[in-house]
Amino acid sequence: MTRQDRINALKAAAKERILILDGSWGVMIQRRDLEEADYRGDRFSESAYPGQMKGNNDILCLTRPDIVTDLHNAYYGAGADISETNTFSATIIAQDDYRLDPQSVWDINLEGAKLGRATADAWTAKTPDKPRFLAGSIGPLNKMLSMSSDVNDPGARSVTFDEVYEAYRQQVRALNEGGVDLYLIETITDTLNCKAAIKAIMDLEEEGMDRLPIWISGTITDRSGRTLSGQTVEAFWNSVRHAKPFAIGFNCALGADLMRPHIAALSRVADTLVAAYPNAGLPNEMGQYDEQPEETSNSVGSWAKDGLVNILGGCCGTTPEHIAAIAKAVDRIKPRDPAPSKHTMRLSGLEPFEVTS
Amino acid sequence: MTVSASQSFVNIGERTNVTGSARFRKMITEGRYADAVEVARQQVESGAQVIDVNMDEGMLDGVEAMRIFLNLIVAEPDIARVPVMIDSSKWEVIEAGLKCVQGKAIVNSISMKEGEETFRKQARACLAYGAAVVVMAFDEVGQADTKERKVEICQRAFRILTEDVGFPAEDIIFDPNVFAVATGIEEHNNYAVDFIEATRVIRRTCPGCHISGGLSNVSFSFRGNEPVRRAMHSVFLYHAIPAGMDMGIVNAGQLDIYDDIKPDLRERVEDVILNRREDATERLIEIAEGFKGQKGKTTEKDLSWREASVAKRLEYALVHGITEYIDADTEEARQSVERPLHVIEGPLMDGMNVVGDLFGSGKMFLPQVVKSARVMKQAVAWLEPYMEEEKQRLGTVDVSNGKVLMATVKGDVHDIGKNIVGVVLACNGYDILDLGVMVAAETILDTAQKENVDIIGLSGLITPSLDEMVYVASEMERRGMKQPLLIGGATTSPAHTAVKIDPVIRTAPVVHVSDASRAVGVVSTLLSEDDKPNFVTQTKARYERMREARAGGPPKPRLPIAQARDAGLKLDWENYTPPQPTFEGVRTFEDFDLATLARYIDWTPYFSAWDLAGQYPKILEDKIVGEAATGLWNDTQGMLQQLIGEVWLKPKAVVGFWRANSDGDDIRLDNGDVFHTLRQQMVKDNSRANFAMSDFVAPEGDDWVGGFCVTSGPQAEEIAQTFAKKGDDYSSIMVKALADRFAEAMAEYMHERVRKELWAYAPDEDLSNAELIKEKYQGIRPAPGYPSQPEHTEKETLFRLLEPEERIGVSLTSSFAMTPAASVSGLYLAHPDSVYFAVGRIEKDQVEDYARRKGWDVRKAERWLAPILNYDPFAVS
Repeated sequence: MTRQDRINALKAAAKERILILDGSWGVMIQRRDLEEADYRGDRFSESAYPGQMKGNNDILCLTRPDIVTDLHNAYYGAGADISETNTFSATIIAQDDYRLDPQSVWDINLEGAKLGRATADAWTAKTPDKPRFLAGSIGPLNKMLSMSSDVNDPGARSVTFDEVYEAYRQQVRALNEGGVDLYLIETITDTLNCKAAIKAIMDLEEEGMDRLPIWISGTITDRSGRTLSGQTVEAFWNSVRHAKPFAIGFNCALGADLMRPHIAALSRVADTLVAAYPNAGLPNEMGQYDEQPEETSNSVGSWAKDGLVNILGGCCGTTPEHIAAIAKAVDRIKPRDPAPSKHTMRLSGLEPFEVTS
Repeated sequence: MTVSASQSFVNIGERTNVTGSARFRKMITEGRYADAVEVARQQVESGAQVIDVNMDEGMLDGVEAMRIFLNLIVAEPDIARVPVMIDSSKWEVIEAGLKCVQGKAIVNSISMKEGEETFRKQARACLAYGAAVVVMAFDEVGQADTKERKVEICQRAFRILTEDVGFPAEDIIFDPNVFAVATGIEEHNNYAVDFIEATRVIRRTCPGCHISGGLSNVSFSFRGNEPVRRAMHSVFLYHAIPAGMDMGIVNAGQLDIYDDIKPDLRERVEDVILNRREDATERLIEIAEGFKGQKGKTTEKDLSWREASVAKRLEYALVHGITEYIDADTEEARQSVERPLHVIEGPLMDGMNVVGDLFGSGKMFLPQVVKSARVMKQAVAWLEPYMEEEKQRLGTVDVSNGKVLMATVKGDVHDIGKNIVGVVLACNGYDILDLGVMVAAETILDTAQKENVDIIGLSGLITPSLDEMVYVASEMERRGMKQPLLIGGATTSPAHTAVKIDPVIRTAPVVHVSDASRAVGVVSTLLSEDDKPNFVTQTKARYERMREARAGGPPKPRLPIAQARDAGLKLDWENYTPPQPTFEGVRTFEDFDLATLARYIDWTPYFSAWDLAGQYPKILEDKIVGEAATGLWNDTQGMLQQLIGEVWLKPKAVVGFWRANSDGDDIRLDNGDVFHTLRQQMVKDNSRANFAMSDFVAPEGDDWVGGFCVTSGPQAEEIAQTFAKKGDDYSSIMVKALADRFAEAMAEYMHERVRKELWAYAPDEDLSNAELIKEKYQGIRPAPGYPSQPEHTEKETLFRLLEPEERIGVSLTSSFAMTPAASVSGLYLAHPDSVYFAVGRIEKDQVEDYARRKGWDVRKAERWLAPILNYDPFAVS
């Protein structure tokens, strides 16, 4: 199968059934009780990269590829159609916390994509009627373009648009070269950061890079139902529609019960696929997620029955058991029909503003 | 549900445009960005749907200015909620702007001026940044002037954008260039027609696109003659909008209502705009001089409206709030109809409907509507004896649109907002049963049942009133009452209504009404059998969603109270000698000079009491509310003079000073009394301390705190009642609002005396009123119930010490509101580092500690601290 064949197959599958994304990587890696040495491997000596490397999960693509492959296998085995590369924080900006050099960051993305590619292809060969897909994970940054970095100066920013754009541009090129089938810009807390990533993709495609589907997944963190940077659901959608995304949705921060109204709001307006991968509830006092697979799958299963979603998966705290439960719950349920396209000018600030013509 | 405003014509304000506003240009060139941000805020507050930001000024670094300004307004949620129009003729400035906006903006503008290649490149970039574009009708040859050129260029641009670049048609806005007409040059005469006709063709042949234009260009040759310019703008839009113009850079103040333009002026302007006759320009110039210098509308001098029919005269008097001729006109109308009631149901209600429409569409403002109500009442008063006589003769029955009960809940004495809503509803034909202030739930509900009212409206200003409203709602539920319940007042909110009130009552719908302008719509919907069910279902669903949304998301992290105390402000008491007040104990002050106090008035809140938003004095020139604000200002100054001259108010004050030391978060007085204070528990990522008010008082050695209570006195209430009895709600509300201002002015004035004379720690202070309003003085005067001490019961201690009830006649209600309402009380703290702060949300550990210090159980503390709890006290753990 060429990549174009896979993309066609992805789009065809989305018409037929609710697609399943994988679950949390963090909790699965945590269970391995890895040591500093696992993270460093041979390549990242303490003299060349001082400070702690433990916790930099993305670097495992280079130092413990066996674990990364294991996890892809675990999730594909649980019934996921799509698994994500282990590259959530693999940008030069986010990896600066570990003082990683640009070449290493490039390599994480490239190798991460190759690992996922090989695993996905092996599963597709095994079950050709259920082809498996690989999404290149493009996570948020620890620096935001819409938020002041200094409480005394609302105009201050710790990073520029051009820096964010360059960081994402490099990540997108490496993921594309490594063989991902689509991009997943996820856990978006600041829409402007996301727009920089979108522009990087659109510019690269204009320059001749292969066109891949884009999946955009925001995060509603606030009790008012807004993104961290203050946008309402519909304002967020208006801000990213120009990417013509393959899918739009939300993930993280909330469990399924609290995420539902935001998914429903999006489902009403989005003329594309709607995706959701909530956390396994809210963390308990110990910071652990204890929502059971059946609880999660019951909630998201009802969204599927109500025709709200096209793609489901799990974020923080979910495991292959959760994914298997979700896959089972939505088996044979008809996917949502995208909302009809409305040809009106849809602007936004923090709130939407629509100009009908 | 998000509300997306759909409008047939989008008004784009240009007050944040350095080329459109000299004032804004000055702010930016002088680097006064904070002021510039306020301009944006006002513009959004006055209803701008999109704000145009332009930094094209020769002396400015446009890229830098655009970046700074856009980054600043992002931090202001009430500005950033609307989309931005990034306006520049320089691409690098536009691109700098696009790198700052997370929302979907409009770029204004790109064109084919530098050829197709640049145009394509810039359009592609706009698409990748996710923006809509304004495309100027401009090509390699130049700006399009004729209809044919405009159409040709726009069609070519449309083809390139939609076919080559892949730009969505609905995100393209053409600006086919508005040029000046009546310039004396013959070739210019058809420019407006060219624009309008080109608009028609472009909209038809480029499906999906929008048309915009800079309106003020068309009248450029009449610079300095605002009345003629306004008329030209209105006539131009009147013809351009039906042709397809759906956006424009227009300031509301630059427009007249088309129907209001004098017929001869309108005809001549129309001749010019539509190029209907060769001598159109000369004929407009002929009469133009006659309008020059007329600023604003000339209603008072212009008596031509007296020539209209009696119905039109009544309408005019209602819309413009003129009582001068109302008795005679009402009498004339009465004689022309069969029954006196027909005058009310006919011309008077028609006139009030016009008022209602203008108010509803934002063309009239609250003070004007209240004046209209005064006219209405006077007319009805004229008719009453005739109706009474008729009733006795025929035995007829009154008609009413419905009966609304209104009350300020128990424990609360504030009623300006409630009175305004009452007046507005009465204007719309509803019977208002106003039970006044401090009304117990039982009285409200008994009366509602006995009088069989259709709707119950509750109002309140202080936070404890929120609980009382919840109680009223739960009692309604218990009694099985079905009347819709309306909630309004300064501390109420849709969120509180959704989370606290809506769930306790299932028998009747609950609706939060944010301001007077919404009251009529809500009431009429609730009384309409057709519309009510849907509205009730939607509102319920909206509150349900708000509850769901609120329940989500973890609360913001708080520091444990011990840690917050460690992070408290540690002042260097070793090297500080607290100043000694000139007396200890309490003193009463009377015989104030009202004229002196008037100079201490902060007028901005006065305007906001009338729902007019904006800073005084700038509000008087505000393009949208300026006219209404100026009218109100003139009337207020008239009343103020009378108030001072006839000494309507007898303000009084008590001030006390006591020896005190801090003890943890408490301030312990030598006489054994204690002021309990609350400490900030937010996690601060800067070096600022976690304040409690006790931090400003020395833990040992000599130190003092002060306290005060000031009041405008009970007189205002009596005068207001006299006005209300005469049907003059306008003056009644005004005198109450003024009394509130005098109480605040008293607080400001006494604080100054304390600083300079009574505590005398700043004897040489010399601050202007503006500086006082900005709190530039040393020391603070925090009041219980405000952000530095949000807990109202602390007033009890203050009142025990100051004895204001005995000394100046101010007492506390069960909810710790002061009565008379026009009163202010608080503490005085003198330390130079003392500042106003907001306690913010607090955790359970502090609530438990506070309860212990106050001798309360935790439940009681949670009730009084409910608005600032960082957790849900009812959550099952």
